Amino acid sequence: MAAAARFLLRSASSKGAVSNVSGGVHSCLGVSLVKLYPSGSSTSKSQRRNVSHFTFQPDPETTKYGPTQKMNLFQSVTSALDNTLATDPTAVIFGEDVAFGGVFRCTVGLRDKYGKDRVFNTPLCEQGIVGFGIGVAVAGATAIAEIQFADYIYPAFDQIVNEAAKYRYRSGNLFNCGNLTIRAPWGCVGHGSLYHSQSPEAFFAHCPGIKIAIPRGPVQAKGLLLSCIADQNPCIFFEPKILYRAAVDQVPTEPYTIPLSQAEILQEGSDVTLVAWGTQVHVMREVATMAQEKLGVSCELIDLQTILPWDTDTVCKFDSAQKAVK
Amino acid sequence: MAAVRGVGRLLRIGCYATRQTPVLTTPRFLQQRRFRVNGVQCQQPFDSTAEKPQFPGASAEFIDHLEFIKPNVISGIPVYRVMDRQGQIINPSEDPQLSKETVLNFYQKMTLLNTMDRILYESQRQGRISFYMTNYGEEGTHIGSAAALDPGDLVFGQYREAGVLMYRGFPLDLFMAQCYANADDLGKGRQMPVHYGSKDLNFVTISSPLATQIPQAAGAAYALKRENENRAVICYFGEGAASEGDAHAGFNFSATLECPLIFFCRNNGYAISTPTNEQYRGDGIAARGPGYGMMSIRVDGNDVFAVYNATKEARRRAVAENQPFLIEAMTYRIGHHSTSDDSSAYRSVDEVNYWDKQDHPISRLRHYMSARSWWGEEEERAWRKQSRKLVMEAFEKAEKRLKPKPDLLFSDVYQEMTPNLEKQKEAMWRHVHQYKEHYPVDLYDK
Repeated sequence: MAAAARFLLRSASSKGAVSNVSGGVHSCLGVSLVKLYPSGSSTSKSQRRNVSHFTFQPDPETTKYGPTQKMNLFQSVTSALDNTLATDPTAVIFGEDVAFGGVFRCTVGLRDKYGKDRVFNTPLCEQGIVGFGIGVAVAGATAIAEIQFADYIYPAFDQIVNEAAKYRYRSGNLFNCGNLTIRAPWGCVGHGSLYHSQSPEAFFAHCPGIKIAIPRGPVQAKGLLLSCIADQNPCIFFEPKILYRAAVDQVPTEPYTIPLSQAEILQEGSDVTLVAWGTQVHVMREVATMAQEKLGVSCELIDLQTILPWDTDTVCKFDSAQKAVK
Repeated sequence: MAAVRGVGRLLRIGCYATRQTPVLTTPRFLQQRRFRVNGVQCQQPFDSTAEKPQFPGASAEFIDHLEFIKPNVISGIPVYRVMDRQGQIINPSEDPQLSKETVLNFYQKMTLLNTMDRILYESQRQGRISFYMTNYGEEGTHIGSAAALDPGDLVFGQYREAGVLMYRGFPLDLFMAQCYANADDLGKGRQMPVHYGSKDLNFVTISSPLATQIPQAAGAAYALKRENENRAVICYFGEGAASEGDAHAGFNFSATLECPLIFFCRNNGYAISTPTNEQYRGDGIAARGPGYGMMSIRVDGNDVFAVYNATKEARRRAVAENQPFLIEAMTYRIGHHSTSDDSSAYRSVDEVNYWDKQDHPISRLRHYMSARSWWGEEEERAWRKQSRKLVMEAFEKAEKRLKPKPDLLFSDVYQEMTPNLEKQKEAMWRHVHQYKEHYPVDLYDK
């Protein structure tokens, strides 16, 4: 584990040094990404490579959950929310600017389809959004709260850590806010700079009582988000905003869930275990290939998916972590 | 935050190109719930021909002389009362005309609370429980407001509202079980004394962080509104907690989202040691109501009928009109903040005595009852004896009861028992068995 962790740290710091890819603030996030990675295929070897780099690897299409449709990550989030509003009449979605579709377009069309009492704007106050969501959930309804950027979740820290996480425990299970899901765009985009790029999951990762999930692509986004919404514990769902448009999968249109607290082994390996989540999974895929090609090192790649409670069995199992320790 | 929003907007502009997501092709099939739209709260209609301000943020007139608004524009909010200090009805049309039986119940609940406070306070002093907070002087706010609600209304309390729970029928045994953190405690012994909660009585479990319940109450009220079952939410807090950011959040959310919610502020003069003039500069908490577009009233919290009337009307209108109401009940915390506090360090004995002897909610109601010959010395003596006996019986029973089983340390963190917690539980038991001479497990429930 220690070796794996150090490896992760090194990778993370190279991610931390990320400078911009292209475009600048004035170009659309999606457009600039599309320019760089036209079809999600590997960057050509002749192209000059920037420090910041990843290639989104779409998931192979699955028919396990019925018909699929081409969706990017924000559309798969919308699809999950749409499924939820359609099947759960108590479900409400709220946050800053969600009524018109959200600044990242995740709630587009939902207000018109389900009514303005179910998809609505709140005043600009993160602690209020989470507190309000807890109350909705305590009263038995399903609350889906949006924090506009993960960078602005901190005013709600007390509501999340002291209230949401402890509601069931402190009341002896008389009350709970398990129906609360907090969504927040997460991670860097390239031009978000200091306050539109943060990945604050570590601040919450040591807080028993909540669950945290981060998807690596559209298929996982929908399945994990629906799991978070269904889960009877308060969940934080961080959405890698650089993938909102850049990542496209064939996503099932019907509801389906991907279990929480279950990591996914994306590539078997025998020398080193790489553990990543969100956007970084795609970086690690490439790292694994490079390590094999240049160093002859066989890497096992694990997408952790759930940060809390995380899947120790998969990560620390003998034939994964033991290999890494070697 | 302004800069932040700016960048958000840039991102949004960039995203404008894409409109409809392809997955939303299903036609509308869920009927929109009709929402009350309050005319005052609507943005004014845009009319470029009118010679008046067109700013979307306010409906107003232009003026041509420089003038700041004075903060005391809404100062001196009057205090509504029904009874004077001698328990006489001032304006007969405001008399709630409660039956003798109801009034006696008010009185018995207020005095029973008082008796329970004295016994639990003393028990803490003797080291039998770890902590306690008395409700002395604020009994009128608890009973008057609790009586005006429907039993189905959801209560979000702060920590000094034991009387509300008592009025709803929470048994003395369960108060004691919580304070003793014994095996009967509904909260499973996980919180300090006075952190009560009852699912059956719609009283959400108290938590120590101040004001966190205020935005939660707004959310719960919103959910109840959508259920459309004639239920409201009441949210209690002190004038100190009203300084927290969460209070602002709760006020603003409930007003903009039109929640059937009663904010009940117990303004008891002190937040631990901090007096009100160091807590706020405006005219108390009621003065904030207009700023949030919220109906507000200030009442004499030591007049149980005034509290009852105000809460009853606020409750009726909150549900009928889907809007929040703010009640500021002026009262006085006669006891120390808690057993960890000695208030003689920051206020005079004379001040406390005034409220205890001359303006106490219990004595005021007693005057009212005596004037109608509903209650005399004999009844008082018998009730004091009986209430003390009731409390002592519950107290002794709770003290003898075992502590909750240690397994409960680990449950309810999540709905399910997670593998790491299961491992921790096993490790704890291994440790306890290995060093059993240090752990009095026989005092704990099996």
